[in-house]
Amino acid sequence: MSLTVGVLAIQGDVHENITSTQRAIKELGVEGSVIGVKTSEEISKLDGLIIPGGESTTIGQLSLVNSSLKIIKEKIEQGMPVLGICAGMIMLSKTANDRVVGKTDQPLLDLLDIKLERNSFGRQKESFEANISMNSIDIPKFNGVFIRAPSVSDTGSGVEVLAKFNEKIIAVKKGNMLGVAFHPELTEDVSLHKYFINLIKKSRN
Amino acid sequence: MLSLSGERTDAKGIIKEKSNSDNILRGTSTLKRGFAHMLKNGVVMDVTTVEQAQIAEDAGAVSVMVLDKLPSDVRKAGGVARTASIRIIEDIMDSVTIPVMAKCRIGHVYEAKVLDETNVDMIDESEVLTPADEHHHIWKWDFTTPFVNGARSLSEALRRIEEGAAMIRTKGEPGTGNVAEAVTHIKKVNDELRTIKSIYDSGDDQDLIRIAREFKVSYDIVAKTAKLGRLPVVNFAAGGIATPADAAYLMSLGCDGIFVGSGIFNADDAKERARAIVLATTFWNESDKVKEAQKMIDERQSMLGLDVKTLELRMQDRGGLA
Repeated sequence: MSLTVGVLAIQGDVHENITSTQRAIKELGVEGSVIGVKTSEEISKLDGLIIPGGESTTIGQLSLVNSSLKIIKEKIEQGMPVLGICAGMIMLSKTANDRVVGKTDQPLLDLLDIKLERNSFGRQKESFEANISMNSIDIPKFNGVFIRAPSVSDTGSGVEVLAKFNEKIIAVKKGNMLGVAFHPELTEDVSLHKYFINLIKKSRN
Repeated sequence: MLSLSGERTDAKGIIKEKSNSDNILRGTSTLKRGFAHMLKNGVVMDVTTVEQAQIAEDAGAVSVMVLDKLPSDVRKAGGVARTASIRIIEDIMDSVTIPVMAKCRIGHVYEAKVLDETNVDMIDESEVLTPADEHHHIWKWDFTTPFVNGARSLSEALRRIEEGAAMIRTKGEPGTGNVAEAVTHIKKVNDELRTIKSIYDSGDDQDLIRIAREFKVSYDIVAKTAKLGRLPVVNFAAGGIATPADAAYLMSLGCDGIFVGSGIFNADDAKERARAIVLATTFWNESDKVKEAQKMIDERQSMLGLDVKTLELRMQDRGGLA
């Protein structure tokens, strides 16, 4: 069994996620390949998808333009595991509000029953690195890199909170959907990417 | 994973804080360079008003850059070009959700401090404004806010990175609507990267030391960049981009993203053009989509543009020797 993992290559730090995923696959000794994906055709063949960090308004609008948003939604509803990072977690959510500007009309996948607060920790100068823990998925210590990061202000039923920082929810999971507010792809630690690969492996079995 | 080549871990701009009981760090190279990585494959648009910023956000820009005047209007106006009004920058910060950048003059430490206090997301130490110091650029390691700098060559880019720039863009020739200089600059940087990579691969340390001396940078950053085969920070195209085809062309030359200055808001079809340039940047390697984007604009609405050979003011030469 060989896994095909895609990183949505519309906008953002696609390359860093490809590198981290490749390393995770190698370290786990799993057979698989990682590719940047844009088109419906490419996305339809995937076993798992990472929606990377970037600007959620840009990623949303442009994935609407080439109708990749539709196929992503269908695939996730059919059970394909997805990891949404920062902007990617915003894309997965049902509602997003900006801390300063308020309600945004941006296109979202509307799948994960969470309310998002964009730029929740402030602007770039307030971006920070800090140790966080995700004990329920056996990652007790992880260097969280938060860049103009969002946080989850409310969760619906069945949404598991994986991590909090300063009382704010920064990592969630519901079934095949995983959302994190920080950037694991900007660190050397690939344990979260490994966890995601294992989630894909399980979904294939 | 991120390249941290040339980073200073003892920089003044790095803040160690306690947030409740947790230790946190701000202003590290990971955070500054990481921020620039989030802009990749996107378009940063020059704006002078709240309305323009909203048009840019609606068009799918990844960030806006606030100026007092668009580069082409700076050329027309003459005089001294300075950082934009803080009130306008703040109004724009309050009205869009995407990051907001602003320009300061080359070497003007206190314009930069003012922008840092204003909490803009990135500062562009820019040749579009009148330089405040002909001999020194800002020592950007002293700031928590990340900086972007222009460069025409690899040596210029590495000097800026050693001063703490978290992102590089080509200088091009701002405010001309003429993409030729940006093309020249990115090709030069790419050629020089290929050269140092091949020297690195051949194991000729003596030659790398010679290059470091010629570039006026440390051997360390030359060797690390040579090993990477690319700049250790994100590299965007800027200066003279006016059409979707311009943007796609520069992306095809290996740029990580696009800055558009006067090209959008000095055109008569700004709204459509902003969307079209974003489309062409995202889908630059799909010719049919670039054609669709180009079709959205009307060449008769493009800014007239200037021939670089006849310019009285070459902005790209500013701060070039330092």
